[in-house]
Amino acid sequence: MLKIKNLLVKVENKEILKGINLEIGKGEVMALMGPNGSGKSSLANTLIGNPIYEVTEGEIFFEGNNLLEMKPEERARLGIMMAFQYPTSIPGVTIREMLLAVLRAKGLTVSALDLKKQIAEEAEKLKVDPTLLNRNLNEGFSGGEKKKMEILQMRVLKPKLLVLDEVDSGLDIDALSLIAENVSEMVKEIKMSVLVITHYQRLLKYLVPDKVIVLKNGEVVDRGSKEVVDNLEKEGYKIYE
Amino acid sequence: MSKKTDQNKLQDTPYSLGHTDEVEYEYQSPTGLDEDLIRKMSAMKKEPEWMLDRRLKALQIYEGMAMPTWGGDLSPIHGEEIHYYTRPKMDQAKSWDEVPDAIKKTFEKIGVPEAEREMLAGVKGQYDSEVIYGSLKRNLAEKGIVFLSMDEGLKQYPELVMEYFGKVVPIGDNKLAALNSAVWSGGSFVYVPKNVDVGLPLQAYFRINTESAGQFERTLIIADEGSRVHYIEGCSAPSFSSASLHSAVVEIFVKKGARVRYSTVQNWFKNVYNLVTKRAWVEENAEMKWVDGNLGSKLTMKYPSCILAGRKAHGELLSIAWAGAGQHQDTGAKMIHLAPETTSLIVSKSVSKGGGRATYRGMVQMVPGAYGSRSKVVCDALILDELSRSDTYPTNKIMENDVILEHEATVSRVSEEQLLYLQSRGINADEASTMIVNGFMEPVVKEIPLEYAVEMNRLVGLEMVGSVG
Repeated sequence: MLKIKNLLVKVENKEILKGINLEIGKGEVMALMGPNGSGKSSLANTLIGNPIYEVTEGEIFFEGNNLLEMKPEERARLGIMMAFQYPTSIPGVTIREMLLAVLRAKGLTVSALDLKKQIAEEAEKLKVDPTLLNRNLNEGFSGGEKKKMEILQMRVLKPKLLVLDEVDSGLDIDALSLIAENVSEMVKEIKMSVLVITHYQRLLKYLVPDKVIVLKNGEVVDRGSKEVVDNLEKEGYKIYE
Repeated sequence: MSKKTDQNKLQDTPYSLGHTDEVEYEYQSPTGLDEDLIRKMSAMKKEPEWMLDRRLKALQIYEGMAMPTWGGDLSPIHGEEIHYYTRPKMDQAKSWDEVPDAIKKTFEKIGVPEAEREMLAGVKGQYDSEVIYGSLKRNLAEKGIVFLSMDEGLKQYPELVMEYFGKVVPIGDNKLAALNSAVWSGGSFVYVPKNVDVGLPLQAYFRINTESAGQFERTLIIADEGSRVHYIEGCSAPSFSSASLHSAVVEIFVKKGARVRYSTVQNWFKNVYNLVTKRAWVEENAEMKWVDGNLGSKLTMKYPSCILAGRKAHGELLSIAWAGAGQHQDTGAKMIHLAPETTSLIVSKSVSKGGGRATYRGMVQMVPGAYGSRSKVVCDALILDELSRSDTYPTNKIMENDVILEHEATVSRVSEEQLLYLQSRGINADEASTMIVNGFMEPVVKEIPLEYAVEMNRLVGLEMVGSVG
């Protein structure tokens, strides 16, 4: 489903990804781990088409589409969604208004009323305070509320590939397990693929990966399955020094 | 399409209502302004002697005053090239059926019949200098509410007009108010009796249709004690080739315990000079709320004011200004606290783009004895590109110690982060920036009557196409 081949990426002329190769299949969960500054978030941002990241070499294909030729919105319409580490606020726009515009941009006919109902139901499942739905998206929301809003969007948009960028930062255990549960459910229900970026092992207890990749200084230093995580838990990142 | 319209296209103006309709005029004054014109005009309107005297006095003051130089550039206005009085070739029609087809077409384009269907209380349209169409719901009349054109108001209620006309905006207040006082024509006259709640908003459409036609409407609203009224003024102007001048005066009296809301959305074509004096006199426990949207015009200079004259009077201005290419929106508010425990709020938002310029110019004044008063001023500017500009000129004259004054000002741009966020959900760049701009304007736009808010959002959409790389 997703194929990344020999990807080289620069930001402000500094090379930050140095030849990444990876593949994620349909319904697969891949954990992308690594210490701070290893290039995890850069890979996620390159994937969604953040213009700050300049691809100098390599390929990214998603279901046969060359992503490097596509704008962020075109990639999104293929079914790629990132849950941001620090979701920005959009003053004057509620989550309902945004999702309505998103679904309509995909060419879907959506009734605003049905969508409102659906969002309210999903919010209840995620234990989101319903008053947040009427407020400007992410404006004055706590870290946990912002993350839940990202997951709420996932539930409504049903992406084919979800990129979870450090969703565990600043979350308590209850919120974390709730989010992991929701993501796992989507993996089962619609065979969503997941690229889960995390620094810690905590999240991966709830969201068990099929594949694991470890990045350091923009390079893949380890790959395997769940035992890589267990090993990291025991030894820490120093084993890659 | 005529050549004129094509010329205007060059100005990069996707103006949704851009068209010129053929309308015959019964009378159009020659260009220029003199005493003869005013005498002739007053005679045609069969005005009382005192009104003619005021007009002549105002003309004298106008001629002796210099154009203001502190705001926008007024030098391209050539008074001698303007037709100061035009009269469409029909009398005021009482029902929609009586309205001539050409004019009907124009009204249909700007949505008057829709407004009717949406159960707006009464529709008064102003076609150039005369109100030619107005329908008044029976219940208004039953409640004793008066909603007439200003000319008709003068005929039917001369005592009220004599008492209040020019009382809060004196004829010599400023050069443009003097001009309006000399050549005014049309506008609305509203009287709401004591303790009457008008309920549905009163709505008027103003429209300039003649090249170089000055429009000098004059509106007077008297809300008697304990009454409530919402008046909506909407403006749109079709294409012209040379600059037009719109200079209105609006005077409002909000008596003890009364509440008035005055909503305006002006979408004049981008060669119109829109120079307007709006002022309200607000008595004890009364409330005046100006909601003001400025989208069109070449230059708008407008600072709706509240004179808070009675204890616990409240004044408010919520405004949004859009300054596109070649436009200067010089807008703001004045809140004058004359009595104790008076409160005011100014929320001014502006968007500038493509070299447009948005200026906030405001004043809060608190006189000795206005103790316990408070005022809050919030100015937010969104600048969409390097060519555009925003300035803020707040003035505070505080002569009393026991008061609270707050001022907040922000200048922002559409952030790359917000754009990426929306794009990463599947919204294209143009639409994403439109959404962000509309979101910025939303706190004021939500106060604007729905049909205008929709038009405003659509306009932002048109303006934002291709503005993001």
